[in-house]
Amino acid sequence: MAVTDNQPTYAPKAQSAARAPGLTKRDWSLMILVVALVALAPILLNPFPTDSSLAQFNAGYPDLMQRFVIFGIFAVGFNILFGLTGYLSFGHAAFLGAGSFAGVWMFKLLGMNVLFAIVASVAVAGVFALIVGYVSLRRSGIYFSILTLAFAQMSFALAYSVLTPITGGETGLQLSKSDPRIFGEQVAADGNLPVTTLFGLDMRDSLIVDAGAWEFVFNAGYYVCAVALIIAFYVSIRIFRSPFGMMLRAVKSNQQRLNYTGLNPKPYMLATFVISGMYAGLAGGLMVSMDPLAGAERMQWTASGEVVLMTILGGAGTLIGPVLGAGLIKYFENIFSKINKGVLETWFSVFPDGLSDVLVTIVYPFVGKGWHLTLGIMFMLVVIFLPGGLVQGVQKAATVFRRDRNAPPVEGPAAERRAQAEDK
Amino acid sequence: MTNKLTRRGALKTGAAAGAGLATPIVFTSNVWADGHTGFTNAPQGDTVTLGFNVPQTGPYADEGADELRAFQLAVEHLNGEGDGGMLSTFSSKALEGNGILGKRVEFVTGDTQTKSDAARASARSMIEKDGAIMISGGSSSGVAVAVQGLCQEAGVIFMAGLTHSNDTTGKDRKANGFRHFFNSYMSGAALAPILVDQYGNDRKAYHLTADYNWGYTTEEAVRSSTEALGWETVAAVKTPLTQTDFSSYITPVLQSGADVLVLNHYGGNMVNSLTNAVQFGLRAQEANGKQFEIIVPLYSELMARGAGENIAGIFGSQNWDWKLENQLGDRYSGTNAFVQSFGEKYGFPPSQAAHTCYVQTLLYADAVTRAGSFAPCAVDEALSGFEFDGLGNGPTLYRADDHQCFKDVVVVRGKENPENEFDLVEIVEVTPVDQVTYAPDHPQFAGGQLGTCNNGA
Repeated sequence: MAVTDNQPTYAPKAQSAARAPGLTKRDWSLMILVVALVALAPILLNPFPTDSSLAQFNAGYPDLMQRFVIFGIFAVGFNILFGLTGYLSFGHAAFLGAGSFAGVWMFKLLGMNVLFAIVASVAVAGVFALIVGYVSLRRSGIYFSILTLAFAQMSFALAYSVLTPITGGETGLQLSKSDPRIFGEQVAADGNLPVTTLFGLDMRDSLIVDAGAWEFVFNAGYYVCAVALIIAFYVSIRIFRSPFGMMLRAVKSNQQRLNYTGLNPKPYMLATFVISGMYAGLAGGLMVSMDPLAGAERMQWTASGEVVLMTILGGAGTLIGPVLGAGLIKYFENIFSKINKGVLETWFSVFPDGLSDVLVTIVYPFVGKGWHLTLGIMFMLVVIFLPGGLVQGVQKAATVFRRDRNAPPVEGPAAERRAQAEDK
Repeated sequence: MTNKLTRRGALKTGAAAGAGLATPIVFTSNVWADGHTGFTNAPQGDTVTLGFNVPQTGPYADEGADELRAFQLAVEHLNGEGDGGMLSTFSSKALEGNGILGKRVEFVTGDTQTKSDAARASARSMIEKDGAIMISGGSSSGVAVAVQGLCQEAGVIFMAGLTHSNDTTGKDRKANGFRHFFNSYMSGAALAPILVDQYGNDRKAYHLTADYNWGYTTEEAVRSSTEALGWETVAAVKTPLTQTDFSSYITPVLQSGADVLVLNHYGGNMVNSLTNAVQFGLRAQEANGKQFEIIVPLYSELMARGAGENIAGIFGSQNWDWKLENQLGDRYSGTNAFVQSFGEKYGFPPSQAAHTCYVQTLLYADAVTRAGSFAPCAVDEALSGFEFDGLGNGPTLYRADDHQCFKDVVVVRGKENPENEFDLVEIVEVTPVDQVTYAPDHPQFAGGQLGTCNNGA
């Protein structure tokens, strides 16, 4: 959907629909696609039979599926800021972290219902984003990025040591049996820590379906996250299609002109920054709802950089791109990093000894702890050949297969926009 | 995105999804549960999977690599490959080298990155995806506490690796977690009498402490043990874990009137702070009419290697040393057997991190075999109060009250003229277990409860 913002150029019929509030037909099909993908993920992500050697590549277990969806929300939120306004925040992880800590504190003080955590994390992240945004948005471009980075690193340093009583410092913030939890039980009936629930539905509950050689896990926590993603995605489409979204695009294309028109972009920017921060907070809240521990590391600059990568990899400014990018990076992090030398040796054991050793030596640096290297290469390739991210790749592929000469050209919109700009 | 969404298409998809869901269904109350046998990840078939979660990147990657070598060796020995290592010296003879309960041992590895978040994620995927029945490893107390909590919730056993903080079996102890390694309190209790003996009982100490969980408990332990014997603590300064240059922390030490510097640092921190302190000429100084001394409560060969000749003459404590049996005799049997099989496989002697991980794997396998079940509660029962010998530390007790091992503590000193890079420390004394034993509700360990063991399902 790299071209959604320029859709009217190629689909004049949609223009009237775009002006009216609500979603176009295209948006609805995208929405339905996302709902279907998310709902069927436990099946789609487990394509290999449990006993096969390819089961290594199955991603349909609760922890990873939750991560896909949670980081999807994080990236969708980041994209509202970066994709629409072009403001590159390098400190978004701070809001995710703030949301996480707020969430764990709710579990400690109020009770184990995830709603407490989710509401509090969104609120706290929103307030925090308001403060950071108020200061950072005085500048734009690289200065804005540096300011947000500075704030995030400051929050990380505070969380890691100075604020240890609030954040748990190096160990991370954990639940304890002596927490008050005024609306819930302090200690579960079995003498252990209580677990996170949604009105009694245990987040760890799963429905395990054995379908022949396959095993599918439908996890309650995952579906709670999934519903959150679908709502977040819907809100994001509405923002993209709204007059508010149009203002944000105006900020991206030429802020100076906007100023001369007599419009003050600042309130729009601040609102976007706060919305984006709240998305990050929601992601943080969901993270602790699935696993009630928050470490300061999730505020570190590497975590902020990760969401930038996700968004660019998937396709900045597109609706579904960030979700795809988040999925891809988390897949690499969790699946590729697990391939160790032993696994490689079994794969290549069909080859003669010498050859298999050579193959293992060649492939090994790119898997296991070298997964960053593979990801880096892929990122470079995407940025060089598919500046519109994975979404652009999908569209290109679709055009080839459809042989539809009338299909919207992929790079057309950008070129045309440039041409228009030059004309004026 | 131009494909049409028709009613017919939607119906088809719905029917297909419905058919998929109508296949035989097993309901469970827990994702980690296995309905068949009543506990998390009950091994099916003829293999059992263990999860080794060690730092492969970050400041403790060296320790992590050595731990992984030990785990691989332990798995080999359990499966009856190699020379069997400590299986022949271990006082319990339940293990026969045919895997665990006849099931071949397989393992998966993960990277903790020495971050609690990453470590927990890695452990969760081992439990959920790979079906690991036991998680072991780790090289930092923060990580150990976080992963131990996760294992308790998930209903698998956690056999802690290198974690020295009191909290692991103190205020954060868990029924499903077990620690073989010694702790801060034991270091303090073992070191204090020797320090007083060597340096006198009227010393003034200055502490530099790594600013996290382990640093705090170590400072507290050394402080209270030495103060009980007459020492005074002049000041205790916290240093950030990420600090690499400690000069600004060393400068005020001499003006403070202290004559002993205690470095509650580990890994790269300790290498840097000790190097700075020695370069500042602290050890050549005199203060209060006495020679200025430096102490490092937790020693390791890997750190000694990093610090080079600066380590000469500096006191510290260790859980185990590869020279124990050679120098102190049969009481520490098992040591040579382990050093030999490790040395044959990798070409150098094992570190104490490798030792504790190897021993933990064996202890787990033995407990399962004696219990006749992989169920965490059965393992808990078999390990709690278990007394054993022949694993390199002499007679040892796995105390039931806090799942902490009680054994002798090795006090070491950096060698003045090391012969090679693996023989950097000399054993000064071995403090008998009685001197380092404490009550389960000792103030430094107070506030923790084991809770009840969790089988998961």
